[in-house]
Amino acid sequence: MPQANRDNGAKHATSRPIPPKQQQMTIPNTVPITDELIAAHGLKPDEYQRILDLIGREPTFTELGIFSAMWNEHCSYKSSKKWLRTLPTSGPQVIQGPGENAGVVDIGDGQCVVFKMESHNHPSYIEPYQGAATGVGGILRDVFTMGARPIAAMNALRFGAPDHPKTRHLVAGVVAGIGGYGNSFGVPTVGGEVNFDPRYNGNCLVNAFAAGLARTDAIFYSKAEGVGLPVVYLGAKTGRDGVGGATMASAEFDEGIDEKRPTVQVGDPFTEKCLLEACLELMDTGAVIAIQDMGAAGLTCSAVEMGAKGNLGIELDLDKVPVREEGMSAYEMMLSESQERMLMVLRPEKREEAEAIFRKWGLDFAVVGRTTDDLRFRVLHQGEEVANLPIKELGDQAPEYDRPWVAPKAPPALDPASVPQTDIAEALVRLIGSPDLSSRRWVWEQYDTLIQGNSLQIPGGDAGVVRVEGHPTKALAFSSDVTPRYCEADPYEGGKQAVAECWRNLTATGADPLAVTDNLNFGNPERPEIMGQFVRAIEGIGEACRALSFPIVSGNVSLYNETLGQAIPPTPTIAGVGLIPDWSRMARTAFAAEGQAILLAGAPEGWGTHLGQSVYLRDIHGRAAGTPPPVDLEHEKRTGDFVRGLIRSGKATAVHDCSDGGLAVALAEMAMASGIGAIIDEPPADPAAAFFGEDQGRYVLTAQSDDEALQALFEEAEKAGVSLVCIGMTGGRELKLGGARAISVAELEEAHEGWFPAFMQG
Amino acid sequence: MKSAVIQLPGLNRDRDMIAALTKISGKPPLTVWQTETELPDVDLIVIPGGFSYGDYLRCGAIAARMPVMRAVAEKAAQGVLVMGVCNGFQILLEAGLLPGALMRNASLKFVCRHVKLQVANANTAFTRAYSPGQIIRCPVAHHDGNYFADPETLARIEGEGQVVFRYAEGTNPNGSVNDIAGIVNEAGNVLGLMPHPENLIEDAHGGTDGRPLFESVMSLAA
Repeated sequence: MPQANRDNGAKHATSRPIPPKQQQMTIPNTVPITDELIAAHGLKPDEYQRILDLIGREPTFTELGIFSAMWNEHCSYKSSKKWLRTLPTSGPQVIQGPGENAGVVDIGDGQCVVFKMESHNHPSYIEPYQGAATGVGGILRDVFTMGARPIAAMNALRFGAPDHPKTRHLVAGVVAGIGGYGNSFGVPTVGGEVNFDPRYNGNCLVNAFAAGLARTDAIFYSKAEGVGLPVVYLGAKTGRDGVGGATMASAEFDEGIDEKRPTVQVGDPFTEKCLLEACLELMDTGAVIAIQDMGAAGLTCSAVEMGAKGNLGIELDLDKVPVREEGMSAYEMMLSESQERMLMVLRPEKREEAEAIFRKWGLDFAVVGRTTDDLRFRVLHQGEEVANLPIKELGDQAPEYDRPWVAPKAPPALDPASVPQTDIAEALVRLIGSPDLSSRRWVWEQYDTLIQGNSLQIPGGDAGVVRVEGHPTKALAFSSDVTPRYCEADPYEGGKQAVAECWRNLTATGADPLAVTDNLNFGNPERPEIMGQFVRAIEGIGEACRALSFPIVSGNVSLYNETLGQAIPPTPTIAGVGLIPDWSRMARTAFAAEGQAILLAGAPEGWGTHLGQSVYLRDIHGRAAGTPPPVDLEHEKRTGDFVRGLIRSGKATAVHDCSDGGLAVALAEMAMASGIGAIIDEPPADPAAAFFGEDQGRYVLTAQSDDEALQALFEEAEKAGVSLVCIGMTGGRELKLGGARAISVAELEEAHEGWFPAFMQG
Repeated sequence: MKSAVIQLPGLNRDRDMIAALTKISGKPPLTVWQTETELPDVDLIVIPGGFSYGDYLRCGAIAARMPVMRAVAEKAAQGVLVMGVCNGFQILLEAGLLPGALMRNASLKFVCRHVKLQVANANTAFTRAYSPGQIIRCPVAHHDGNYFADPETLARIEGEGQVVFRYAEGTNPNGSVNDIAGIVNEAGNVLGLMPHPENLIEDAHGGTDGRPLFESVMSLAA
């Protein structure tokens, strides 16, 4: 279900219909419903009319809160649903696609991987540590709610310009928050992204990914079954934190954003870790019929979802809900977003056993309601019925919009003659020491990358890789990708490229890409040009996923990422999972040895040609111009399958894809990862385009430099219809790119490792 | 070798430790829950790493006061080998079974990376499979690993050879005094260390430098 996330709620005024804390009195359920109150709940007049038509009377105050929680953008996907339906979500490997807490994909041997990515953008900007921490907590809960033990996490982070006064504060807080929660919970963080762009000055992005491992015969769903069965509340107590978060504090940002700080929840990773162990122990007993974590709109959303999916009504008695504050009203309890809570339908005969497990872990366990056969969502509080609503309609009848959109205009192609020549070596040193391409070690050393003892590749390579515990050879690869500047220039090509790059990064380790989760971050969908970005990006993503048999099994949409009318660049983050059948045949980016041949697969004749929207053009020449590099999906697949084959047969000794910064940056990264240098031939055409062009679908690989073996490789490539050229040799302690000055690996490292710590030190 | 792993809520490297003990000794360790008041008869008791009780209050402070820790102290007094790793080290300090304290890292940040360790005393039950002065690799992952002791205590543990592991070659990740990474008690049967030898015991971990620590204990028990 959607997590406690404020990214998509409708616009609203800043007033909160909750009395000041010192009064601490129960808000009567008879608060009159005024136009202001309706607007403050993010409901448009026509949406309110829809409520009146549906229930045939004026809603109570609590009911209004329930509707606002269920019908906001975040929970209802009302602007995006129409387009999300066009995405491919099935395949022989898919056990569960979108619509559950997380996607489930078969990995053979009776095991499956359960994963999802979700944003916590708005809260992280307001309160970076807790915003990011609870983002991690929410996504972990989504995974273990389904019966999976989390085995890997990633996070994709976008911040404003490095010199913006808020950026360092946000970076420090978000990274510490992710580490603080994930490290304590005990999941290795094995991948992610960090980027800077002035367009994120007013809205940072925090997209958290988690994956878990489960048995295919023990997956748990949220669909309730059986009438008259106990509904049980599990985990932490309910407080006033985050009341109405999904609706009340979700919108574009304005000057009043600091007032929203109290709406960010506070995470407790210790309780979450106990909740994980208790839930997995409980699931083993066979006591669980249905289970749902409490994320956005807490009790409301979880109860409605469980009932509606199972065609059952739910009755809740709020007097039984464990609370940590006195005098909480029904409204507050129904909309609280206190963390680390779950709701479950229990087999009644297992109650004692179940309760004992939760007591052992020091967690709350309370029967708070029951399933009914009348399809009503009934809420009782202090002897009064405070809500009585049709449960199916709360979810199914949410408004859905076909928002107007305009297709963005593609920029003119870059005229190569307009790009002046530069010193290749100097440009490379500058790029690998730049904000976007420098080492992220400062970030990921604050994350526990090794816990669980299964990490085979940690951040810094193409993808994170984790062994499948209990299996002698299998491993899972994880990568998260998107290039917002491509999406900004052409959302359709950018959407395609995000999927293709993710697929490529998984392939570069030797994995079979299995499926993805998407986290679609955009501005205000009520603006046709933003909606146009969204629509075109989805079209590109859908096309790439279909062509690469890489279905989308879960995801999240984050809209309204705008401050004072300035939107973020379109940022559809794609996080993918791949399966490595035998990790002893896995590729890494580090050069394996000296004296090996360096090969370039999938490249055009000049090695590289496309400088439009490249990092080189932006960071060396200060220009954002041209079309982004197009992705030829057939070429992508052909080249990737070929490279994967070379990895599996042991012929490729190191592999790295070419992405931001092109061939030169890929070579530099391979050299730095190994400490081994390389001598690269003079490229056949324009050296700047060859070394810094960002043509898609290319891999650098190394192989034994034995003439016969190489000849066989070239023949194999020709047969596969893949271009393969030898461009140089590994060796020495310097990287020499054609006629450019040789750069020592030590100099590369100094530039690469230096930027982030220096930036954070200020 | 018979071993037992103490389990407290919030510990999270217990599974790593159980896996390491199982793989190296061929036998899974017994597990002991926080409320137990008696420990089984074993050759080695391990308190693994993590964030017991969330590290709320102070790392290891709540854990040190749980019933099971009284039982651990009794076994330690009888000479049974006890090892605390990371949070386990913090707990042993809080329980008074080892001298000194662990403060927040000098960087004030959590740090997870490989460091170099020097085996400062290879003549203990835990280190006899290493050679004296040997430099090994080992991962660390902690927020509070900055070892500190008052000058007298420091002089005493240094003088008695109680410092067993030191961060080497400039890789001290946390500001520990004298580069101290691991110490034993006076009797030499209780070891506390911040690094995680259990995460470096097989090729998949990128090395096996942690293995001899377990093998040292095993050779005694055999």
